[in-house]
Amino acid sequence: MQYLFLIYADEVLESEMTEAEMGALLQNYGKYSALLESRGVLRAGEGLQPSTTATSIRVRNDDTLITDGPFAETKEQLGGFYLVDCASLDEALELAAQIPSANYGTVEVRPVMDYSQLADD
Amino acid sequence: MDRPSGTSAHGALVAPAAAAALEQVWRAESGRLVATLARTFRDLDLAEEALQEAAMRAAERWSRDGVPRNPAAWLTTVARRKALDRLRRQRTRDDAAERPCVPSLQDRVVEPGIREPSRLGDDELRLLFTCCHPALRREAQVALTLYTLGGLTTEEIAAAFLVSPSTLGQRLSRAKRKIRTAGIGFDMPGDARLGERLPSVLATLYLVFNEGYAPSHGERPLRPLLCDEALRLTRGLAAALPAEPEVLGLLALMLLHDARRPARVDAAGRRVLLGDQDRELWHRPSLVEGTALIKRALSRRRVGPYQLQAAIAAVHGEATGAEGTDWRQIVGLYDLLLEATRSPVVALNRAVAVAMVDGPRAGLALLDDLAADGALRGYHLLPAARADLLRRLDRRDEAAEADRNALALATSTADRAFLRRRLEHDPEG
Repeated sequence: MQYLFLIYADEVLESEMTEAEMGALLQNYGKYSALLESRGVLRAGEGLQPSTTATSIRVRNDDTLITDGPFAETKEQLGGFYLVDCASLDEALELAAQIPSANYGTVEVRPVMDYSQLADD
Repeated sequence: MDRPSGTSAHGALVAPAAAAALEQVWRAESGRLVATLARTFRDLDLAEEALQEAAMRAAERWSRDGVPRNPAAWLTTVARRKALDRLRRQRTRDDAAERPCVPSLQDRVVEPGIREPSRLGDDELRLLFTCCHPALRREAQVALTLYTLGGLTTEEIAAAFLVSPSTLGQRLSRAKRKIRTAGIGFDMPGDARLGERLPSVLATLYLVFNEGYAPSHGERPLRPLLCDEALRLTRGLAAALPAEPEVLGLLALMLLHDARRPARVDAAGRRVLLGDQDRELWHRPSLVEGTALIKRALSRRRVGPYQLQAAIAAVHGEATGAEGTDWRQIVGLYDLLLEATRSPVVALNRAVAVAMVDGPRAGLALLDDLAADGALRGYHLLPAARADLLRRLDRRDEAAEADRNALALATSTADRAFLRRRLEHDPEG
């Protein structure tokens, strides 16, 4: 089963990190990605630019509305993701718990829709 | 799960002997059977539907041919066949639909009666851990556990938690959908994860027990069905995981409280407080068993919140009355419990115990701190406890006022009746 790990964290907190702290964080992400790879579960994973660089777009009745900023202004913002292929939610949770930002942010674990299963219901 | 009714699928009347046998096997075994099927097919809905079809079949066949020697085995065999039929139909309808696990026909055949009667089987354990997975909401955990393992009907569970059967039905189907689509496996957590997963199982079982022992809502002062089911499952869990002291602690806690059940409600159906209970009515065998269990659990030297609460209940159980109670020891246990849980409800109970050792004024000071803290706002037992201590200090106007505050917050009929009686008995003091 595929799961998407959505990594949310407080960007202010991250922007206030020292260079050494940021360096350590990035190094830990490198190690983490290597772990996923070695377990053979990694499908994709990227970090995102801060939400101040985000642009949101809505189309209503053929009108396109473009606004500066993320979908929702919240304390924690989406900062990156991994797409993994695991045997069960328990395995996914075990892996998600090891994401470096889980120590100060929140990781949302979402199963990816399986269209062949959908046909069953 | 919804029990088969008195008529068969074709509306024919079911023979009384067949109906009785079916009712009995359903009560006793449906949880175990559905657990086995769910483990085999890794699909809770399929397991339940297949078992229900099998029960309908049983109503017809047993009426005609008599009740088989081993009704549970009969049901399992038929349900397994029904589940395979359903899967096959699904396959032909949609070849692309692949189930994560293809059931094996060589799977072991269930032999009821082999296991110890009280111990939860491996499949029931797996299902219990699945139903209580922390990825599900507590209310969903409770409903699923009672429905799948307890064999309670949606109506029974809905009545116990004062929600409409349709709300409960939605809650159950949402939870089952999450189990399926989020990939919550029908697995036992490994030893390394057990400590992480066990608390939510214990919390669910304790909540079921408490809703039976002290219903938070509704008319009835007790819901014995919930107490009994929580006890049965916890007993089965304790037998299956004998090395876990918190499981023993929870079982001891339930037994020690359950022992008071006969004294807890008077002849008029009114609730009686611990201090006023006729301790002669306490159920001795449960007290003895609970006390022995908590001693065994504590000897493992891995103390936890359930063991501490059970130890407190055991101290109460040893006393002949409120005066003869070792309140100092109870305060000491509450100190540890408060440290372990940081729960304001524990702080409230501790304050009441402190009042028994150091006098009502000391207890009252602690309650005032708690009230100022605000964490228990809306909880009727805080003003109710204040009222009790104020009355002991002869501050009767304030006591009546506090009781009125408690009355405004209490949601169960038993709690409200109790407070009203106290106010009538002592109106302005």
